[in-house]
Amino acid sequence: MVTDTIIEAIDLGKTYRKQTAVNGLNFQVKKGEVFGFLGPNGAGKTTTLLMLLGLSRPSRGMAKVCGMDPSRHAREVKTRVGYLPENVGFYGDLDAIQSLEYVADLNGISHDEALDKIRELLDLTGLDRDANKKVGNFSRGMKQRLGIAEVLIKDPEVLFLDEPTIGLDPDGAMRLMEIIQSLNKDKNITVLLSSHNLHQVQKISNRVGIMIKGSMVAEGSIETLAHEKFGVDEKEYSLEEIYMKYFQEV
Amino acid sequence: MQGLYAVFKKELCDHFSSYRFVILFALIAMVSLITSYMAGVHMQGNLEALAKTKFPFLMLFSAPGAMFSMVQFVAFFGPLIGLVLGFDSINRERAHGTLIKLITQPIYRDSVINGKFIAGVATISIMLLAILLVISGFGLAIIGLVPGIEEIWRLFIYLIISICYISLWLAVSILFSISFRSIATSALASVALWIFLSFFISLGADLVANAVAPIDEKENTQAEIVIKNVRTKEMISLVSPMVLYSEATATIIDPMRKTTSSVVMMGPMEELLSARFQSPLSLGQSVMVVFPHMMALLAITLICFAVSYIMFMVQEIRT
Repeated sequence: MVTDTIIEAIDLGKTYRKQTAVNGLNFQVKKGEVFGFLGPNGAGKTTTLLMLLGLSRPSRGMAKVCGMDPSRHAREVKTRVGYLPENVGFYGDLDAIQSLEYVADLNGISHDEALDKIRELLDLTGLDRDANKKVGNFSRGMKQRLGIAEVLIKDPEVLFLDEPTIGLDPDGAMRLMEIIQSLNKDKNITVLLSSHNLHQVQKISNRVGIMIKGSMVAEGSIETLAHEKFGVDEKEYSLEEIYMKYFQEV
Repeated sequence: MQGLYAVFKKELCDHFSSYRFVILFALIAMVSLITSYMAGVHMQGNLEALAKTKFPFLMLFSAPGAMFSMVQFVAFFGPLIGLVLGFDSINRERAHGTLIKLITQPIYRDSVINGKFIAGVATISIMLLAILLVISGFGLAIIGLVPGIEEIWRLFIYLIISICYISLWLAVSILFSISFRSIATSALASVALWIFLSFFISLGADLVANAVAPIDEKENTQAEIVIKNVRTKEMISLVSPMVLYSEATATIIDPMRKTTSSVVMMGPMEELLSARFQSPLSLGQSVMVVFPHMMALLAITLICFAVSYIMFMVQEIRT
């Protein structure tokens, strides 16, 4: 089915002055998938995400998110897509509830509706006991979970998560991954997950794309990629080995 | 519109709860009140002379209390309020990573900058209106003066010009907060520009005027050269928003002033008029005299805001 594809990049490219950040990407993400978006630092992952959100104008090619061109319908795309940036910031003098209220306000959600929603999201992210603490005193793991709650307040169809587990302790990273997985399973939210934590990506994603130096060098399920690189169908190869193999070849 | 209102509400709330605004507000309110109070007490002692003036109520604002009048004080230190409200408005959000969060919400990007600017202007308006009303209340209580309709109109116009003047500095500081990433740099740059335009421009004007039309003190200089000298000086000092503002408000608050130019620049008829006929200018005429000043202030404010608007809209925001 055509409508199955929720994110599509067609020859998507971005050039800054003379530097090419993204070099003609082609890939698709299907509805309800968790797509692992891998690649070394500076490979152009964040730039790609910004283009998919309509925050950065592509130099060539085009993108389609939820059936719309983000550079033309940025506002509509942003109502359906939640984006958690790599180093998400908060207003330190607000508490968790006030932060969520502000985001709800920006999304045009009425106050009463927002309050119910905020309670629900604080429960989901395990922040219900810290609801009245100032965000400035939050730990990094709590901030990341609050960030997730903030992007969920608009009931997105798609989530873009840019390095959500970076700098988290193993327990915090695990909790975050569990939340992401439950969102995908229970609410059928499509997730585009950019991460360096290959072990976790392997656990929760259906398919992965490996991006190196602005180009997508591999795309598919982990089994397909293992088959392609090592000629075996078995799952004994970890994503890490596959990734390193691609990385060495480029 | 939903985004604009949300940003506006948040910013207004932030302004009124921030210490630096409260401190500056307290300072300006206090000094204004003291000067007006002293002017009021002074007037109380000279009630006879007061009976002769046409618009005694306005003297609360224009009569120098200790060293300066309330109007002069706002001209000097009003800009500081505008600068303090705006110098970190964009780059603080950028530094804390909240700017990217704002613009990934389903709002138009200009809602962010419009909301911030409008919230600043609203803060300034509330502050000035409060000070003006308190001083008026003072006047009613101390000297038992009731302002007439024309005086109220003049105060209203004064209020509008003052809001415009302080908003100009707000727009300047927002512009700097967009163009400089570092908060310290934008604060320094806006304060430097304020000090230069407000205090040093007169020195520069003197320098240029004396170079263009040198006045020799020993010999009698020709009248044309003196006029040229003064004209150059006035033209250059008009670059300063403070001069624009002072001239405009002085004429509005003091109906006896019939022109913004100095005595040297007056034509013979003008001189005769001001000496012979001690009658106040009507409100419409006062407004006409300072209309160019008002428009210039408004235009500079809008240009500054337009430049920051465009810069903000085309910038790529990644953090």
